[in-house]
Amino acid sequence: MIVALAFYVFAAILIASAVMVVTARNPVHSVLYLILAFFNAAALFLIAGAEFLAMILVIVYVGAVAVLFLFVVMMLDIDFVQVKAGFQRYLPIGGIVGGMLFLELLFVYGAWQFADDAQALRMHPVTTDVTTNTQALGAILYTDYIFPFQAAGLILLVAMIGAIVLTLREKPANSRRQNIAVQVARAHAVTMKDVPKGAGLAEMGGIIRRPLPEPKKKALAHDDHGHGHGHDDDHGNHGGGHH
Amino acid sequence: MFDIGLSHFLSVSAILFVLGVLGIFLNRKNIIVILMSLELILLAVNLNFVAFSSALQDLTGQIFTMFVLTVAAAEAAIGLAILVIYFRNRSSIEVDDVSTLKG
Repeated sequence: MIVALAFYVFAAILIASAVMVVTARNPVHSVLYLILAFFNAAALFLIAGAEFLAMILVIVYVGAVAVLFLFVVMMLDIDFVQVKAGFQRYLPIGGIVGGMLFLELLFVYGAWQFADDAQALRMHPVTTDVTTNTQALGAILYTDYIFPFQAAGLILLVAMIGAIVLTLREKPANSRRQNIAVQVARAHAVTMKDVPKGAGLAEMGGIIRRPLPEPKKKALAHDDHGHGHGHDDDHGNHGGGHH
Repeated sequence: MFDIGLSHFLSVSAILFVLGVLGIFLNRKNIIVILMSLELILLAVNLNFVAFSSALQDLTGQIFTMFVLTVAAAEAAIGLAILVIYFRNRSSIEVDDVSTLKG
């Protein structure tokens, strides 16, 4: 009774928030409703007895994927009014296709029945001993499904590298970048002076400018580390493009 | 009515799936909401897996749900990365313009 009530409440909120995801005017609201939908789906998973998956859904989906969506939605400067144009135009065809799909699913589920030997064909029946859902899943995942598990990790790695490669922006070739190693390694620009107590600049003979060393002919003062050899003049003409 | 069984879960997930498909149709101008609709569809699929796993008392469905979650997370990351570079180039996220990405 209480389980049924909880199921109906969570299912209703889940479907309502899914409707809002699809129809919300502002994509930020869509993401927030998506998070609500994930929470309620996690509750439904709990009712179905999949405790570990419910927690994974909350942690991975709400904690990572939905927040990723939120970041992207807020980062992009989108014209919300213009984005919603055509909503009415596609409503009839979308309604027809969705309705037909729903009817087909209803027909399939209405005639659904398990095969007679379905119980015998189970690959990993739930045992009735004291192991928790997490323990039982781990015992299967790390033994029978170890290779698919590794492949899933590989997919995540490829996705990570792909996302980085796609969004990484290379600096233009003529931009002047700071090369910290060269900058730190130049010893000739720094002099150590013994300064008497209370001496000002005048007593010390003003600002001492050491003659700058000639730039090496090899390192053609164009592309590499303009800060390295201190010649500022020959960079002045193409300094406009740097960031 | 008060006995929650397989059919209840299947009904909820069918509605969720149809809503996801409807979202793809309705938000033709907004790739972000299309990606979110894909997430809804995958959530419906996962709900189906878990419902059958619960009805049959078989853990295989839950294992497969984890793989679906993995692939969905990777898909979301790649999709959003493509979306970001697309927006950088075009300053819009309309689906109709995406054909300009052809080489």
